[in-house]
Amino acid sequence: MSETTPRGPRGGGERTGLRFSAWNLLLIVPLLMLVTPWFNKTDPTLLGMPFFYWIQFVWVFVGVVCVAIVFHMTRDEPVTRGADELGVDDLDERDAR
Amino acid sequence: MIDWLELVAFLVLFLVVTVMGFVAARWQRGGDLAHLDEWGLGGRKFGSWITWFLVGGDLYTAYTFVAVPALLFSSGALGFYALPYTVVLYPLVFLPVLRLWSVSRVHGYVTPADFVRGRYGSSLLALIVAVTGIVATMPYIALQLVGLEAVLRTMGINASGFLGHLPLLIAFVILALYTYQSGLRAPALIAFVKDILIYVVILVAVFYLPAKLGGWSAIFSAAEQKMAQPSATSGGKPQGSILLTANNQLQYITLALGSALALFLYPHSLTGVLASRGRKVLKRNMVALPAYSFLLGLLALLGYVAIAAGVTPITNNATGRPDTNTIIPALFDSQFGSLFAGIAFAAIGIGALVPAAIMSIAAANLWTRNIYKEYLHKGATPGQEARQAKLASLVVKFGAVAFILFVDPQFSIDLQLIGGVIILQTLPSVAIALYTRRLHRWALVAGWVVGMGYGMYLLYLIPNPANGKAHFGGSALTLDKLTVFGWHPFAGSAVQIYVGFVALVVNLLVAVIVSAVLRAGKVSNGADQTDPADYHADEDSPRLKPVADAVAGVPGAKVVPSD
Repeated sequence: MSETTPRGPRGGGERTGLRFSAWNLLLIVPLLMLVTPWFNKTDPTLLGMPFFYWIQFVWVFVGVVCVAIVFHMTRDEPVTRGADELGVDDLDERDAR
Repeated sequence: MIDWLELVAFLVLFLVVTVMGFVAARWQRGGDLAHLDEWGLGGRKFGSWITWFLVGGDLYTAYTFVAVPALLFSSGALGFYALPYTVVLYPLVFLPVLRLWSVSRVHGYVTPADFVRGRYGSSLLALIVAVTGIVATMPYIALQLVGLEAVLRTMGINASGFLGHLPLLIAFVILALYTYQSGLRAPALIAFVKDILIYVVILVAVFYLPAKLGGWSAIFSAAEQKMAQPSATSGGKPQGSILLTANNQLQYITLALGSALALFLYPHSLTGVLASRGRKVLKRNMVALPAYSFLLGLLALLGYVAIAAGVTPITNNATGRPDTNTIIPALFDSQFGSLFAGIAFAAIGIGALVPAAIMSIAAANLWTRNIYKEYLHKGATPGQEARQAKLASLVVKFGAVAFILFVDPQFSIDLQLIGGVIILQTLPSVAIALYTRRLHRWALVAGWVVGMGYGMYLLYLIPNPANGKAHFGGSALTLDKLTVFGWHPFAGSAVQIYVGFVALVVNLLVAVIVSAVLRAGKVSNGADQTDPADYHADEDSPRLKPVADAVAGVPGAKVVPSD
């Protein structure tokens, strides 16, 4: 990248303003976990654990799935260059040192 | 009694991370460390894995690891709020954090207050955000020391007076030195060790201990029995309950939501975010970070395991009181062999160092960018900024140590509780401003003043019968006590709510109303430096400001090639 970076409004493919995708609404779903009366009870138990506790662990996965779907479905954003795979190579990031 | 094998295991691991801390200065080195982008943000180029370890190591602190199970141990289901808190957290912050990353990367912002300064052209609003951040972070650093000390005292290093604090002081001097030298790279590298140790320890604990103690049903019934017993201080009422009660459900919900909204307003969380390379790295992490939440939930249950194992808190010889924060270390000490207990203690101990380092860097960045450069030395070069921040990080850390040495640790715990309430008051200025400038800058100031004042007043009203305090005894407000100029809208109700949430609602109401008035009066809302497209810029955008860029007109600073 050169030292003189152009700034200011650019034409072409750049997005401006708010971008809304209906997929983003999925991010609201995990908030339903805050409705405690739904699960504030002992039965059914799982491995001896009251419902109140184990169901909240299940919600962790609900949260992950919702965020992951939004991540995948809104990938139309400006694409990044270079590989950013979840590989171990990532640990060393290009030319370290 | 000191168990030598345990102590040696602890010391060896501690030594390993110390070496790593110093070596980190040369790890992934881009430009010279004499620039805040390098010292304070690690060169802004951390990839997915590093960010995962760094942010995970930063958000899930040693104090969390000792305090959350301790809360379940003493009051039951309410303590489990930590799980919903960290589940709703990532969906809530997913979009705003990306916007903040982009706009900060385009304009070279290092702190949230930098962003507010650019968005509203108001150094006063930026100062308010910066001071709020520093005040909220300081006791948080002190609490990491509380976590570390809980471990040291459990290992038998439990002298009274100054001698009792000495090991803590040594640990912090070492931490201060390598943070000074290596900046954010030190905690980033150490976080690998910390997080791996924590995962191993907790996974072993949650499988091994229940098997040893008769399974989860035995553990929960032991916990239920203990909770049903009347406590000494609450006048014959049960100590707690393993399910939520009619009175603390609202507290559970608002505490989880309020804490989730607050977490990414803390300057240290944003430091981890701004240090990452791009939006994709952050998105991946929003999907992967809940692994820590799952772990935290399991860890929380160890509070009940401690009840079943008959563990009692260790008396802190410096204060002479039993310290419930020692529950988890004491559980490990009594149930694990020496070697594994030593490793477990090292996990918690190192777990204190990582966030303490990041928090001190974040506080130092705020000081340097928004107070020093804004008011004390306007023309500071990047080199002078970096030097100032390094010194400030030392001051911050020794301030935290002094806090623990000379002030009752309970005071830090109370302050941290207040910290959550006050950092929430910056939500309109930082998070809402990411989307819109409809809230007027002076209305944001007014909302902050009223929200802060009202929040403090409500906290003042809360007693804590457990330790005999009349004021500032917790963050759970009984609705009965909620007053609006002497009017009690919920008189007689015993339902509890999180103070931070109430204060935030009041803050927002004031901000909206005052904005409407100021707009009608056509008062200037300041100049906005940012462009709508800035909020979507990714790592390949030509808009980005080069990392470790020299300030215009200052020659000599290196520009790091971005690939």
